Amino acid sequence: MKFVLKRRKLGQLMIVSTVVATISNFVKKAVAQTQVQKTTPMLKTSTPQTTKVTLRVNGTAHNLQIEPRVTLLDALREYIGLIGTKKGCDHGQCGACTVLVDGQRINSCLTFAIMHTDAKITTIEGLAQGDNLHPMQAAFVARDAFQCGYCTPGQICSAVGLVNEGHAKSDAEIRELMSGNICRCGAYPNIVTAVRDVLEGKKDAAV
Amino acid sequence: MQPFSYKKAGQAENAVALVAPDAEASYLAGGTSLIDLMKLNVQTPTELVDINPLPLTKIEMQGNGVRIGAMASNSDVAYNAIIQERYPVLSEALLSGASPQLRNMATVGGNLLQRTRCYYFRDTAFPCNKRVPGSGCPAIEGYNRIHAILGGSDRCIATHPSDMAVAMVALDAVVQIRGLKGERSVPLIDFHLVPGDTPEKETVLQHGELIVAVDLPASPFTKRSHYLKIRDRASYAFAMSSVAAALDIQNGIIRAARLAMGGVGTKPWRALEAEKALVNKPANQASFQAAANLAVAGAKPQKYNAFKVELTKRTIVRALATVGEMA
Ligand SMILES: Cc1cc2nc3c(=O)[nH]c(=O)nc-3n(C[C@H](O)[C@H](O)[C@H](O)COP(=O)(O)OP(=O)(O)OC[C@H]3O[C@@H](n4cnc5c(N)ncnc54)[C@H](O)[C@@H]3O)c2cc1C
Ligand code: SF4
Ligand code: FES
Ligand code: FES
Repeated sequence: MKFVLKRRKLGQLMIVSTVVATISNFVKKAVAQTQVQKTTPMLKTSTPQTTKVTLRVNGTAHNLQIEPRVTLLDALREYIGLIGTKKGCDHGQCGACTVLVDGQRINSCLTFAIMHTDAKITTIEGLAQGDNLHPMQAAFVARDAFQCGYCTPGQICSAVGLVNEGHAKSDAEIRELMSGNICRCGAYPNIVTAVRDVLEGKKDAAV
Repeated sequence: MQPFSYKKAGQAENAVALVAPDAEASYLAGGTSLIDLMKLNVQTPTELVDINPLPLTKIEMQGNGVRIGAMASNSDVAYNAIIQERYPVLSEALLSGASPQLRNMATVGGNLLQRTRCYYFRDTAFPCNKRVPGSGCPAIEGYNRIHAILGGSDRCIATHPSDMAVAMVALDAVVQIRGLKGERSVPLIDFHLVPGDTPEKETVLQHGELIVAVDLPASPFTKRSHYLKIRDRASYAFAMSSVAAALDIQNGIIRAARLAMGGVGTKPWRALEAEKALVNKPANQASFQAAANLAVAGAKPQKYNAFKVELTKRTIVRALATVGEMA
């Protein structure tokens, strides 16, 4: 009898304390959501804040309502719908996400979209002029410089950046300065040939 | 990734005023180290202050030396004509690091402050004294092939991964820092800290202090300098062992030497003893070998990285020999 009572008391106590904990959690969450983020510990309950971010991509302005933590890569693919730019590693290690920002090649996975509101962004979709392929695209086709094609948009944007930079002369330099783009199919020899064609201004590069 | 609030700073004093009072705030430069680690929840700032608009991108002569703005990109420094002419070792170090895309994004300030590539540090499933002080160091008992042989402690053996900093420490670079109370300068050799009992403390920078520039003093013989980097693949990989070397040779005799190593130390590793040993010696294989032996004399190799001792000696000898053959 004594034992049962104790158990019942314990049970009641547990229910009460659970209810209290739930209520206080709820209050904490409610308060946290209305407070500035600084006072709340990071993880946890802060409501993501979106802001208006305008990106100029391939000559078109796109008004997005996004969080600051959206990378340029995700903004292009998930919010604008330009899925030519690929996500490989998402950590700067493969080059699949390479785009041109003010003519310079960068990894769009390691930069936030909100950092590029004043920039001119060019993706693989923006290289061709109507039906006319960009010389680098044409050279990749002419030289069969891909197999599955997953790395190709990044390779081509990177190669266009390489030409803009003007530091590659020899095949060895092309290889070194294209090393930020990994190709799991191993199309490297033909990629080097395609880039060399464009650097040398070869006719067949333009197809 | 944790959500954060975002601000752009157009002036150094504004940037400092925004970050200094808030322990959870962080500067955002190229983002190539910070965003990478934010995606892994290794770094979780709640406020980012984007310092890309700061007018700190110039590379210019100052006296007989050069001042490099903290926001100059790694590419711009690498291809700068003054740097290539006077400090080829720095240009080569930068061009051996990361990829062209990353170098276009990465800045000088961010490069100095990039975090280690220790795989346990980068994976929150593991304890790590650097990430969570006092939690332990799984690398010491674990897989430590990429870890340091110099400067480690029983708390941490992570390397500092920068190539640029290795060349800069060999060049006697000085870091210009701005804080709430004004500016101060710290020689790069004193800027990074060995882990000791506090591996979480990596530099002398206080929270909120902003790197504004790196100064390279005039050094007439650094034209004769070279960076040699050994890695697991031909390009786009961190150093297993790297060497920045410069020699002042007159009539076949070494008058002064600069030697620093990367990929092997818990900070960019200047080999002062080895430098001293080279002075007044003939510029030949025997002198280089003796210096190489001295440079790794204090090495404490781990189970999987003992190869770095011999590798580093050979890298030093080859780098010094290359410099010795320069006109
Ligand atoms: C795949 C990959 C491969 C790489 N390979 C190499 C390599 O081989 N060799 C090599 O050396 N590096 C390599 N890196 C590292 C790269 O060089 C660094 O990530 C880069 O230099 C960091 O610069 P950032 O401007 O992008 O820094 P950010 O990521 O913007 O910042 C890094 C840190 O520094 C702080 N910070 C930035 N600027 C300042 C300032 N002015 N004052 C105070 N604090 C500041 C930030 O708050 C942050 O904590 C590689 C990186 C990746 C992703
Ligand atoms: S070596 Fe340093 S960074 Fe790596 S797990 Fe140990 S404490 Fe962490
Ligand atoms: S997805 Fe950006 S480098 Fe791999
Ligand atoms: S073509 Fe398949 S990854 Fe390069």
